Amino acid sequence: MDKISFYGVGLPYLKNKNLPGKLIVIEGADGSGRSTQIAMLKNHLEAEGYAVLDTGLKRSNLVADVIEQAKKGNILGKTTLSLLYCTDFADQLENKIIPALTAGYIVLADRYIFTLMARDIVRGARKEWLKKLLGFAIVPDIIFYLQANPETLLHRAFAKYGKLDYWESGMDVHLSTDIIESFLKYHALLKKEFDNMADEYNFIVLNAEENPSQIQNQMRTLIKDKILTNW
Amino acid sequence: MKKLRGLGSSKNFPGKLFVVEGCDGSGKSTQIYLLKRWLESLNHVVYFTEWNSSELVKEATKRAKKNNLLTPTTFSLMHASDFADRYEKLILPHLRAGYIVLCDRYVYTAYARDIARGCDADWVKNVYSFAVEPTIAFYFRVPLDISVSRILTGRTQLKYHEAGMDMGFSPDPVESFKIFQGIIMKNYDEMADEYFTVIDGTLPIEVQQKQVREIVKNALKDYTSPIHNIINTIK
Repeated sequence: MDKISFYGVGLPYLKNKNLPGKLIVIEGADGSGRSTQIAMLKNHLEAEGYAVLDTGLKRSNLVADVIEQAKKGNILGKTTLSLLYCTDFADQLENKIIPALTAGYIVLADRYIFTLMARDIVRGARKEWLKKLLGFAIVPDIIFYLQANPETLLHRAFAKYGKLDYWESGMDVHLSTDIIESFLKYHALLKKEFDNMADEYNFIVLNAEENPSQIQNQMRTLIKDKILTNW
Repeated sequence: MKKLRGLGSSKNFPGKLFVVEGCDGSGKSTQIYLLKRWLESLNHVVYFTEWNSSELVKEATKRAKKNNLLTPTTFSLMHASDFADRYEKLILPHLRAGYIVLCDRYVYTAYARDIARGCDADWVKNVYSFAVEPTIAFYFRVPLDISVSRILTGRTQLKYHEAGMDMGFSPDPVESFKIFQGIIMKNYDEMADEYFTVIDGTLPIEVQQKQVREIVKNALKDYTSPIHNIINTIK
């Protein structure tokens, strides 16, 4: 990405803005097949000889336990939760992603600011506030969005966990007291936000209902054409 | 219909919010304590809260500071999370219910410190734009050498972040503290016209308190405590 650009004001104190690595983002709902795709991509890229770092939301140790603790008791205000997720993302960006890009790695990000924005907008946050708040994020080299219908996600959730999760079903948004109805409505709202962002942020939209190896092939071709050829 | 949260959402609360700001050693905590005692003596219900004290976030911040894990952005966001937690759970509900809220440090502390650490000023202001504007924000202004000597007297050691050691100004904590406090003070001074009622923090404590009470008294002219209302209803 050489000279990086930011979505907003960036990190004014960051001295080295020339980062030789590449940032690939994979966005999509829980059950859209992100982890499968990332695991396959990592294998492929490493086999080709590239150094790869895979990283995701909520894997930093700064506030992860605060978020977990708060979610268990459902005791957090919505702005507080936004800010905690944002803190966590900033920590990942500054302490993992930027150092890896500096060292010339390909970074595979399992979700990025778009998940944070979609989740918060559905919960009533102002988009302008969020966009400025997350303005320290680096513009990725490529953003894949695995698009899936709420019904598909519902059945994948059952297949994967055998039950529906309170937060993944958006029960805190109070769309319905019935968990299945809530899940479908919540994911329809999220999908709408993602679809809106697809144009604004140049997502490459992939149909998550397709066969995983077919999706993988599309990703590999696009990465090769858009990133690796002129690197 | 989902409600928008953030700046510009309903701000007509029956409660009153008084805030004290100033550098470490400016005497603001003493003043807000005395203000609280006075308001309580008038039978007002007063809720007091101070910076960096959220039950939930405080420990994580402490741990992160200890391990030196923070960048200017995450430092800012941790404190914003702490503030938001206290704001959403305590400050805002008390104001909506009509009580008097006293804050030892408010968003201006974040403006002054985070900008000193290198965050973008507009970015920091946006982060905190969900917070209501106080009824009065007092700024206790004290020359740098006085506030610094107040802190250094009777202290054996300055904390790493308190001294601004993360900024790399100087390897000497005292020197670093002076430089860092100087920048924070400059930031406060620049905000004064726009946000603050300035009190001369070099005056005797009781003289400052008299001024503070006079200003608060004026601000409470049309204010009736919800508790007094209830008592009157019963009568």
